[in-house]
Amino acid sequence: MENLIGLLVAAPLLGAAVLLCGGRRLDRVDHWIGTLLAAVSFALGAVLFADLLGKDAGARTLTSHLFSWVPVGGFRADVAFRLDQLSMTFVLLITGVGTLIHLYSVGYMEHDERRRRFFGYLNLFLAAMLLLVLADNYLLLYVGWEGVGLASYLLIGFWQHKPSAATAAKKAFLVNRVGDMGLSIAIMLMFTTFGTFAFGPVLTHATDAGEGKLTAIGLMLLLAACGKSAQVPLQSWLGDAMEGPTPVSALIHAATMVTAGVYLITRSGAIFNAAPDAQTAVVTVGAVTLLFGAIVGCAKDDIKKALAGSTMSQIGYMILAAGLGPVGYVFAIMHLVTHGFFKAGLFLGAGSVMHGMNDEVDMRRYGGLRTYMPVTFVTFGLGYLAIIGFPGLSGFFSKDKIIEAAFAKGGTEGWILGGAALLGAAITAYYMTRVMILTFFGEKRWQPDADGNRPHPHESPRTMTIPMVVLAVGSVFAGGLFSINDTFLKWLEPVTGHAEGNSPLSAIEVTAATMVVLVLGVALAWAQYGRGPVPVTAPRGNALVRAARRDLLQDDFNHVVLVRGGEELTRGLVRADHSVVDGIVNGTAAAVGGLSSRMRRLQNGYARSYAVSMFGGAAVLIAATLLMRAV
Amino acid sequence: MNPVNYLYLAAVLFTIGAAGVLIRRNAIVVFMCVELMLNACNLAFVTFSRLHGNLDGQIIAFFTMVVAAAEVVIGLAIIVSVFRTRHSASVDDASLLKL
Amino acid sequence: MSALAAAGTTSIGEAVQFWLLATVAVLGALATVLMKKAVHSALSLAGTMIVLAVFYLANGAYFLGIVQIVVYTGAIMMLFLFVVMLVGVTAADSLKETIRGQRLLAGLCVLGFGILLIAGIANAALKDFDGLGQANSGGNVQGLAALVFTKYVFAFEITGALLITAAVGAMVLTHRERAQRPAGQRERAEARIREGKHVPPLPAPGVYARHNAVDIPGLLPDGTPSELTVNPTLRARGQIRDVSGEALQELAALEQRSAEWVTGGRGEDGRSASGAKEARK
Repeated sequence: MENLIGLLVAAPLLGAAVLLCGGRRLDRVDHWIGTLLAAVSFALGAVLFADLLGKDAGARTLTSHLFSWVPVGGFRADVAFRLDQLSMTFVLLITGVGTLIHLYSVGYMEHDERRRRFFGYLNLFLAAMLLLVLADNYLLLYVGWEGVGLASYLLIGFWQHKPSAATAAKKAFLVNRVGDMGLSIAIMLMFTTFGTFAFGPVLTHATDAGEGKLTAIGLMLLLAACGKSAQVPLQSWLGDAMEGPTPVSALIHAATMVTAGVYLITRSGAIFNAAPDAQTAVVTVGAVTLLFGAIVGCAKDDIKKALAGSTMSQIGYMILAAGLGPVGYVFAIMHLVTHGFFKAGLFLGAGSVMHGMNDEVDMRRYGGLRTYMPVTFVTFGLGYLAIIGFPGLSGFFSKDKIIEAAFAKGGTEGWILGGAALLGAAITAYYMTRVMILTFFGEKRWQPDADGNRPHPHESPRTMTIPMVVLAVGSVFAGGLFSINDTFLKWLEPVTGHAEGNSPLSAIEVTAATMVVLVLGVALAWAQYGRGPVPVTAPRGNALVRAARRDLLQDDFNHVVLVRGGEELTRGLVRADHSVVDGIVNGTAAAVGGLSSRMRRLQNGYARSYAVSMFGGAAVLIAATLLMRAV
Repeated sequence: MNPVNYLYLAAVLFTIGAAGVLIRRNAIVVFMCVELMLNACNLAFVTFSRLHGNLDGQIIAFFTMVVAAAEVVIGLAIIVSVFRTRHSASVDDASLLKL
Repeated sequence: MSALAAAGTTSIGEAVQFWLLATVAVLGALATVLMKKAVHSALSLAGTMIVLAVFYLANGAYFLGIVQIVVYTGAIMMLFLFVVMLVGVTAADSLKETIRGQRLLAGLCVLGFGILLIAGIANAALKDFDGLGQANSGGNVQGLAALVFTKYVFAFEITGALLITAAVGAMVLTHRERAQRPAGQRERAEARIREGKHVPPLPAPGVYARHNAVDIPGLLPDGTPSELTVNPTLRARGQIRDVSGEALQELAALEQRSAEWVTGGRGEDGRSASGAKEARK
């Protein structure tokens, strides 16, 4: 069974290699090759899952040691895989949702010239993500981590002929590099602290290290997570990443990439548990981001960007939960899985809408699509109900638990975090309702595109609707399935541990509060968009709206602080280099040159001059010898 | 008379020879001055031999003569070949070893 | 002399000899340095060396004294003279200094060095001396031989190697390998025409009844000598004998005599015949 773990990663990797190296002769079957290998990976994952289920709860960890990668003295890095309940969960999510997105792409990318390459990149993305979650040590995890960064760069910039896409890809890559630096520093710190970076020893001996060191490692890991999971302050790339094809957005937002940060923090739980300061930082980041993303999501008219803000916000929930410690780990992962379903469904639905509307993305130009795209409407609607936490659907179970856990933090902190989570839930309800109303209800506000073609909305082909249906089913039932009898909790507990928090509010009270804010949010959105006609061009709005449309000025902040600051710093350094460093170097050269041009006069080429020097030297030597004897 | 006078004479001859080496330009004369210096040394060695009452000084002088003979042979050969190519026996003319 | 050298003292005779010959030696050395012509320098040096040979003998170094005369004065100095002749025996050097400051520096160094040496010798405690009586008791040559072949045998052997190397080196240095075939008559003629200065061969030196020699320049039509007709080596040495004036005078005298003979009666037959011939010219 252990051998299958390697195959799990190898299958999509093989797909990537074949598709990227295979050349034009694969052009007819490329999309099916990519999808098939993703499905193979999912099948292997399912087999392994069945195997794990058959074992005792405590013995559900499979390890597979492939080879010794870097054995140098005391430094030892292995290529080894570790499959436990946590990675299993991720494997199923990644391969399952990934396969559905592959299937969807078959329809979505059917007429793209570079389809073969697209599927190659998708497979590479899956392989890197699987390597990330299956690695048995932080160094191998780092390889997957970088692989994910690379694949996201390639996919976001897939339509590289658009300058905006190329820029967005570069932006994502650069912002991710900042996070990657954090991870590499964290790994180095681990090596100096523990002498190894394999999960087993590091996590079991985490409490032996000093709290200061653990806090440092934890903060660096948090920086890494911020980069990959688009948390404040490294969130700026996520909105621009919408330049990629829609299946890529679905893949990034639901199954891969942004979940990596949550995985990293949950996996390193032992370190965070022993470093309360780092945990505080994590919950702060999570709480800030969940509000930040939600506010941005409210203001965007681009359907994908509104969903991107939503992703940021939902990941913020997960980071918040992960930062709460054992109380929250399980719920973070649970929300991650349910979010994987409904967010993938929402993105695929958005893609389907765009597909039918000549790639129009502005929601103010949609309206009344429910009759034209019934399947999309139903699946999108189920995803919508799930994400706002409609009772009985997935989001309800997972988000509710997180809010409860936030209150359970205790004291003022608990109230603040719980309040933020509740507020976030209200805003989520608001902006998702807004998306729903603008897209599927109201009158038609369709506009002809740049070429003058009026859109003719139609339902998408079967390959696109089937994944949407499957995901909608997942968004409806996953949460309930996980919560019955605390199945998910029991499944994950051996890895992450779990502690019951003592919340100042009872579970019923929290649920009731959530319901109230949910209704408020929906009602507000209905009052604003559902009752009257919606202007096709956005009104100017107040300062907050304008700021939110500009992603709450995050790019402006980056530009002013980082870009300008960097430019000034560089200019200063160049000046210092010219005056000080070059000054020293040139001065030395000039001094040596001047001295040399004087010295060279001694070299006149006349043997007799040299003879005088020698003779004088001999005289001086004899004089010195005589003096020494005299003394 | 004290035999030390021979040493003074040797010193004077050596110094004159050295002055000649430094002042004269004709390579042959320079060479003769070198020979003069060697001879002055030989005189000093012979005198030391007498002062110390053993023959080691004379042996050294003997070897000096042999080496001087070899040196003369090579030196004159060099002068001849330099003269052949440059048509000059002046040591200042062979001043290519400079910037 | 030998007896004195063997003893621990010196005689008045040796003192007189020293002061006389030392003066000669120093003068010879100064002449070596100061003479303009290399050949004079060489001869002065030879003189100094002979004086030194005498001093060697006076100091009980009989073998070295003889070797000094035979090897140095006889062989090495002759080698010098040979090279001096090769390079040009009459060429005089200019004693004017060309390198700025060289003479001043050399003077300073030499003066300082001399003072140092003399002061050093004067400071050395050399009041008593042993003399060579004992060392030379078995004969000077035998004593030297014993040392050379026992104590200094390695140095001796190495010296042999040095001499062989020197001999080979001298041969290598002076041997001139012809890199290409020397230019023949044809090539030289072509080169001459290409130069365009002297298309025909150079004019021959003058040929006269009394002077048929290479150092006599040929005469140009106006009676002046042409230096071009004489070997460049002789020209450089200034060894051209100009006989043109003499010949013209003789010719004039001859014409006068023949005129006298024509007007005043017969003279010697030979002279008249030749004179008549000249007159016809």
